[in-house]
Amino acid sequence: MFAILFDPTFVGFLSATMRLAIPIMLAALGGLFAERSGVLNIGLEGMMLVGAFVGFVAAYGSGHLAIGVAAAVLAGIAAGLILGFYTITLGANQVVVGIALNLLAVGITSFFYRLIFGAGTERPRIDAFVPLDLGSLADIPIIGPLLFRQDALAYVALGLVLVTWFVMAKTRFGLDVRAVGEHPEAAETLGVNVHRIRYFAIGLSGGLAALGGAFLSLSATGVFLDGMTAGRGYIALAILILGRRHAVGVLLASLLFGAADALQLRAQILPTGVPFQFLLMLPYVLTIIVLAGFVGRGGAPAALGVPFRRGRSNKE
Amino acid sequence: MTVTDQTAATRLRLPPGLVGSLAAVAAAFLVGAVLIAAVGVNPLTAYGALFEAALGSRNGLAETLVRTVPLALCGLGIALAFRAGVFNVGAEGQLFLGGTAAGAVGVLGAGWPALVLLPAMALAAALAGALWSGLAAWLKLRFRADELITTIMLNYVAIHLVSFLLHGPLKDPNGALAQTARLTSDGRLPVLLAGTRLHAGILIVLVAAVLAHLFLWRRTNGFRLRVVGLNPRAAENAGIDVRRTILFGFLICGALAGLAGFSEVAGVQRRMIENLSPGFGYTAIIVALLGATNPFGVIASAFLFAALQIGASTMESAAGVPSTLTTVIQGLVVLFLIGRAALPLWRDWVADRFRRRA
Amino acid sequence: MTKTNPLLLDMRGITVAFGSFVANDGVDLAVDAGEIHALLGENGAGKSTLMRVLAGLLVPAAGEIRIAGEIEPLGSAHEAMRLGIGMVHQHFMLVPTLTVAENVCLGLSSTGRFIPDLKTAAANIRDLATTYGLDIDPNARIADLSIAGQQRVEILKALYRGARILVLDEPTAVLTPQEAEGLFRILRALAAEGTAMIFISHKLNEVMALTEKVTVLRQGKVVATARTAETDTRGLARMMVGAEIALPKLEDAGTDAGVEPARRAEAILAVSDLTCRDISGITRVDRVTLTVEAGEIVGVAGVDGNGQQELAEAIVGLRKVGSGRVVLAGVDVTTAPIARRIALGLAHIPEDRHRTALVEPMSIRDNIVLERIGDAPFSRGGWIRRDAVAGLAEKVMAAFDVRASGSGQSVGTLSGGNQQKVVLGRALSRDPRLVVAVQPARGLDVGATAFVHRQLLARRAAGAGVLLVSTELDEILALSDRVVVMFKGAVVGEMTRAAISVERLGLMMAGRAA
Repeated sequence: MFAILFDPTFVGFLSATMRLAIPIMLAALGGLFAERSGVLNIGLEGMMLVGAFVGFVAAYGSGHLAIGVAAAVLAGIAAGLILGFYTITLGANQVVVGIALNLLAVGITSFFYRLIFGAGTERPRIDAFVPLDLGSLADIPIIGPLLFRQDALAYVALGLVLVTWFVMAKTRFGLDVRAVGEHPEAAETLGVNVHRIRYFAIGLSGGLAALGGAFLSLSATGVFLDGMTAGRGYIALAILILGRRHAVGVLLASLLFGAADALQLRAQILPTGVPFQFLLMLPYVLTIIVLAGFVGRGGAPAALGVPFRRGRSNKE
Repeated sequence: MTVTDQTAATRLRLPPGLVGSLAAVAAAFLVGAVLIAAVGVNPLTAYGALFEAALGSRNGLAETLVRTVPLALCGLGIALAFRAGVFNVGAEGQLFLGGTAAGAVGVLGAGWPALVLLPAMALAAALAGALWSGLAAWLKLRFRADELITTIMLNYVAIHLVSFLLHGPLKDPNGALAQTARLTSDGRLPVLLAGTRLHAGILIVLVAAVLAHLFLWRRTNGFRLRVVGLNPRAAENAGIDVRRTILFGFLICGALAGLAGFSEVAGVQRRMIENLSPGFGYTAIIVALLGATNPFGVIASAFLFAALQIGASTMESAAGVPSTLTTVIQGLVVLFLIGRAALPLWRDWVADRFRRRA
Repeated sequence: MTKTNPLLLDMRGITVAFGSFVANDGVDLAVDAGEIHALLGENGAGKSTLMRVLAGLLVPAAGEIRIAGEIEPLGSAHEAMRLGIGMVHQHFMLVPTLTVAENVCLGLSSTGRFIPDLKTAAANIRDLATTYGLDIDPNARIADLSIAGQQRVEILKALYRGARILVLDEPTAVLTPQEAEGLFRILRALAAEGTAMIFISHKLNEVMALTEKVTVLRQGKVVATARTAETDTRGLARMMVGAEIALPKLEDAGTDAGVEPARRAEAILAVSDLTCRDISGITRVDRVTLTVEAGEIVGVAGVDGNGQQELAEAIVGLRKVGSGRVVLAGVDVTTAPIARRIALGLAHIPEDRHRTALVEPMSIRDNIVLERIGDAPFSRGGWIRRDAVAGLAEKVMAAFDVRASGSGQSVGTLSGGNQQKVVLGRALSRDPRLVVAVQPARGLDVGATAFVHRQLLARRAAGAGVLLVSTELDEILALSDRVVVMFKGAVVGEMTRAAISVERLGLMMAGRAA
């Protein structure tokens, strides 16, 4: 019975679970900051894609993965601030702006990719992040493949989960974010700059999502493909609901989706008789089931999605 | 108490009228020009090539109109859904399933006369689209599942489902590709302009727009739909059945998107293929926004975007500008449109900053 | 006011304008240490604007503010707080999901710039609370506290920041008469310690009971400043409005209309054993039984949040019923859709006209016909008949004195009073048999309030039943044939007009049935 714990397919499945969970998790962490501060970031998908693209181009151009990562994060922050400008300063409909940004991201990344690399058949590659060699740690049953066979970027991501938890629960910024997401008027009367906090949150949001996207191109594949995020940014939104917008919840929910994704990949090889298209559907169907089972936007911050007008007059 | 509170948080503010739309388009083209210049091409040459190809010749204009059909049909559906407060971004998946249904019926009824076959295909397509959309509606009404995410997820599911069907049960037995058999001439929409691909689908668009306009402004149910979209709680208080109205918004959007699939299958491709739509359902969202005040506005913006897409490949071959620029312009249009809609706020904000300084 | 002992707060010549609208026009307000000073004025008189200036949220176009003799610019909320100005808002500025300590620490960098020290803050809160006799647990979540408890936290929040000038905005709006007394005790204790207080209220008897001086605002200007001891409630009302407007009373209804109310012993509304629970399972309406007969006004009194709103929603059909029955004009409508209840003669005037009654982007015309669009003559076969709709709008606007540039004007651009007239007009022009009116005069000035009350009395005279739900005891007392009191979702007492005693009502509202 214990043999399965060491069975190479199972071990591979576990490490794949983590690997596939990371990008969604990063995007969800980004979404967490935004939503807890009261801003719906529907643009996670686009920000991921931007991160994937910019990260790839920077790494390709410079020859250093770290530069790729840094560039991706910066691009993501910029994208986040743009979304912030529309939703926070202009008070526009957050869903529409998010969708528009996603469409724009697809267009821009595709446009510039063609511009830089041409439309040739040979697809440029880079040497992606490789899993770190942690010796015998990787052989511990279950924990080993899950935690100790990942690359540097993945560990950064896991570290960010801890950082997110700490920031939200213990720091002043986290307190401000929570207040601003639940009752921005109260926060304003106490001197908290609601817009500034939200801008920070959405900038963070973009940076984290872009990091998730960078993981896709710099770690998982080593290439950039049009639309390679394939809806992960939207799945991240569902993860926020499932994970109750808490760092640990997000981690666990992401693992669930990572597992589904890993399962689907492996099952394609196995002779199950299930047409591969149905397996490909798995993560998306899972998302729908999650949403159906967890009451729409359950537990959302009270001010989520509502633009805050500074200094509103107290009309009775 | 349930559905109404959820949608209230993301109330759609209707975009400005004609002037605002034109301004947004102009601004987007301006930025596009900058990008073209960055590539080292004269923007006028590029845009010239684009519009020349799309509108300058009989064939070009016909192609643009052909491209307008699915964009307008999906756009109308999305616009009507918006009016009811429903964010249905699942038009893409609904279009695919509609096209598949139409293709299946078309192959099934290979011996039927056109007068029977075409309506049957259209009906099947509309039903398939409405069903898929209805699934998202059911998830929203029964489980309070956010329709934004579910419709997008369903898009991906639909595409995989269609892929499965076209590789399997619906596959043309005489061919190797993942597509249905060729439709009989009775299963094809008649061509309106000899020598072009312009088919009767454009007439369906016009009829749909007129019906949509009449519905929204002259029918009691259209009135109720608008009320639900603007203030669902007040609608409920006034005795309007909000849930039924929301369901209707979903269904009509799905039906129209399905119909768009039908028109592509019966009018353009003459069979159901895997790549039926290069993202019509997503572009249609922008089309709907640009023209959301008005079904005829939707047709106009669909036409504009169709021209952009048709001219794009010529722009690439003639001027060397990647055709994906048009996607960029599409996205920019929305951003400028939304930005324009929030201009008064901008003015207040600026005034506020100055007042504080003084 | 001497050089050696300057006033704690001295606002002079404050002027604030929003575009062409002048909210404050050269307003002077002076409050000494230890003085409780009332600020009176109707809605829209400029009280809120003035207080926002004091709180540092608005910068006035002209005027100066002296704190303890020194001119201070008060450019931000931080500045105001630093100078000892504290606000106790009417709608509490507390984040419900956070604890007391977290709320107090919000925006206070002295408790830790990067990581707030909640433990120390909690200890300090306890000390402060004891000093002033406030009963507060620093680690309690705001959402778990009672309304009175939350208000204590609001006050403590200001005191924690060293407030010497406290502004209280309609503090008794959410309290029972007894809780209000408790609040006054706290305020008097604060005054004894030297805190200056600005008490904003429209409850004239409270102003008379608690305060030393009164400043009255009307349309942005100070119309009077007086010692409370030298005036009375009638004098105050006269100052506020500029004329004596008598609010209609039930006793006048008969003489007004010249007709005795057509009272029949027929119950238009019969609610039996009604129970409603909300999503979290908390009982909001607890086995309520009441009736409303044709030609009578039944007032539902109670402190806000004791189930009245939910009861009204259940009767109207906006809320699902857990158990019990609602019978309207002899028909069981417990589970009936709202449209059916409207068809049976129900009219609803909701508390929140913006959210529940009106569709603001739509025209007056569309809003008036909202409930009736499916009926003849406004539509036929599903097609709208525009001339009939326009005709209705004209009729209603005339009958209810709606001031607008035409029935095509968007409802959102109307003033509050006119908006409420549209709501009333729509509801009452249908000749309803039961009117459920919830806070119908909320946010309206005296003139508009009088209009609303007259309309309700007219309905009563015409034989309709009226269920009046209000937290304004004066309104209930002026209009009701019978008063029913709700506490924690249940009906705890009932009084006929002849036997009304405010004291007993107050006790019932506090849950202590006499």
